[in-house]
Amino acid sequence: MSATAMSKQAPRTRRNNIWGPIFVNVTLALICLLWTIPTLGLFASSFRARDDITNSGWWTTLPHQAYVPSGTITLPRQTPLDQPITIPDFNVTVTDDQLRSGFTLPDGRRIAWESRRQRTIAVQTSQISMNTNFTLDNYLSVLTGQTREPDGSVRADAGTNFSDPFLNSLAVAIPATVIPILLAAFAAYGFAWMRFPGRKILFAIVVALLVVPLQIALVPILRDYVGLQINGTFLAVWLAHTGFGLPLATYLLYNYISELPREILESAFIDGATPFTIFTRLILPLSTPALASFAIFQFLSVWNHRWRIPFHAAAADCLLLAATLLRPWPHGRFSQRLIQLRMTSYELQVESCFSYNS
Amino acid sequence: MAGIKYDHVWKRFGEVTVLKDLNIDIPDGEFLVLVGPSGCGKSTALRCLAGLEEITDGNIFIGDRVVNDVPPKDRDIAMVFQSYALYPHMSVYDNMAFGLKLRKVAKTEIEKRVKEAAEMLSIGHLLDRKPKALSGGQRQRVALGRAIVRNPAVFLMDEPLSNLDAKLRVQTRAEISKLHNRLATTFIYVTHDQTEAMTMGSRIAVMRDGVLQQCDTPQMLYDHPSNMFVAGFIGSPSMNFFEARLDRSNGGMVVDVGGAFQVPVPASKFDMIGNYVGKNVYFGVRPEDVHDAKYVPVGVDSSARLTTNINVVEPMGSEIFAYIERGGKEFIGRFDPRSAARTGGNVEVVLDMDKMHIFDRDNEKALV
Repeated sequence: MSATAMSKQAPRTRRNNIWGPIFVNVTLALICLLWTIPTLGLFASSFRARDDITNSGWWTTLPHQAYVPSGTITLPRQTPLDQPITIPDFNVTVTDDQLRSGFTLPDGRRIAWESRRQRTIAVQTSQISMNTNFTLDNYLSVLTGQTREPDGSVRADAGTNFSDPFLNSLAVAIPATVIPILLAAFAAYGFAWMRFPGRKILFAIVVALLVVPLQIALVPILRDYVGLQINGTFLAVWLAHTGFGLPLATYLLYNYISELPREILESAFIDGATPFTIFTRLILPLSTPALASFAIFQFLSVWNHRWRIPFHAAAADCLLLAATLLRPWPHGRFSQRLIQLRMTSYELQVESCFSYNS
Repeated sequence: MAGIKYDHVWKRFGEVTVLKDLNIDIPDGEFLVLVGPSGCGKSTALRCLAGLEEITDGNIFIGDRVVNDVPPKDRDIAMVFQSYALYPHMSVYDNMAFGLKLRKVAKTEIEKRVKEAAEMLSIGHLLDRKPKALSGGQRQRVALGRAIVRNPAVFLMDEPLSNLDAKLRVQTRAEISKLHNRLATTFIYVTHDQTEAMTMGSRIAVMRDGVLQQCDTPQMLYDHPSNMFVAGFIGSPSMNFFEARLDRSNGGMVVDVGGAFQVPVPASKFDMIGNYVGKNVYFGVRPEDVHDAKYVPVGVDSSARLTTNINVVEPMGSEIFAYIERGGKEFIGRFDPRSAARTGGNVEVVLDMDKMHIFDRDNEKALV
């Protein structure tokens, strides 16, 4: 008897062990899906024609049930609209209101006014359809500043060319992420593991720098840049981002690096490693999670930063995406597809950073 | 291959003095165990030798060279840590090869040495794994292997067995001893476990509060502890101590344990403690020198007889631990397994007075 009880017990515990991970993974997958849907929408919209974007949602690019025109009925022009209308083709009588909103026939088809004045009625069949009218026009427009008109002619719109600002943004954001991380990792290692006089005070000063608001420093830095004649250069932008990013980076990385087991570093020391080898061969690889987190953080903040625009705006060829989007729009209208494109490119890299981190 | 010498070594951390005038001379090829309770400075002594701590005063020699200011990597030592300190992001092979790579040893040579060491420790099949995928015992071997491939003059080990379970510990203990015989290199081994110290060391240095108490072979340490601390630390269960007085009686000498009992001192000891007659001392006797009177081994003088009450009996199979009491003094005897001693009963015991220990009451130094 105890044997049967045991054999019953065993599979149950194993099944419990299976359900736990399944539940966790399914939940995570659902959350990820929910999280990516807006990005997918933006991505799909970026390939759609301007009119499609304004008339229907991006999800119509997916297979869905829709009424598709399958024929037209023309009634006599004089048919009165204030009394029931008999349609001989289908042998039904409907009112004007029903035709305005659409009337479903017993066989599933639908009839609705195509043109009330012309007295023409559209017959629609319900079927699975996809809106696959994809185009690269939006990309053309954003990358070259040219818009293709329906008649085939090409129009150039000043201020819609985003390729240069995009490249500029990359040229700023990538070095402005890499430089502070490298410097901060060095500093954090030094503060955490090397003994030198004044270590604690120096570290306290670095942490205290966290409270300095960016806005206070803008004008002094601008004046210094003008004095150094580097205003408006990439170097200036990198320096600014590095300076403002370093305190937080040092602090975050210090917390992580100081928690690494002491014995591992001592063992490497005895194995013959110099402090620099320990840094490159042990500290950096072991701190990857912390470095990646901060890289995302720093990249996003640099990519989106508007406060530092004064540095950039000084030179027209140093204009960044975030700044471009703040400028008055050509033709005084809000260009939705540009926003969508920009959002897509922005979100994609957020996604890729997150997937790298996990 | 090198001997070690601690020459009047002092180490202070701010106000705290961790090593007080440490002097140990370790000949080449010796297995020296540093043992003592936690906080006694044994690990610090090892770390000073490794170069992980700077000494405050004195000299440390490796071979003929004073290494006070030599960085760890140039001391020709390898160290095995309590936590093993494996590099978590490297495979077992890379862990073992790391030190050699840094020393720019040729690739083929590295491979040869790693394979050899892995073979010696039977971890050859684990070389591609990461430390995370290893059991505690396997990690411990990798840590040993990492030290072996370096082929150092001195091996330093800081409680390398304390993270293993009891059975594995006994097994690995024997393997480390074998390793020492095979490599014939100087080993310095730190532990708080007196069993490890007794079983592995060719000599044992007992430390307490930063002061070296005694440094001798395991048997000498056991038979002739130089003070009460060493006597109590070495041996399990530890030695029984009594506050006592030495008195003359009928031309002989007795140990008078405060009204509880009196036992005669053998004539061979008179010379050593003659000056202490009439004075207060500590009397010590190891549990294995307290016998059930019915099963006294051949050659033991059974003139020191006592009848005692038995508080608890712990049968171990090969022997019986009896917690016995007389006149309010409790002590432990290790009886022959045939003994009829039972909890709550009485037993007549014989103290082997040839193996008794007498300590000075003031400075706890051994007199016998």
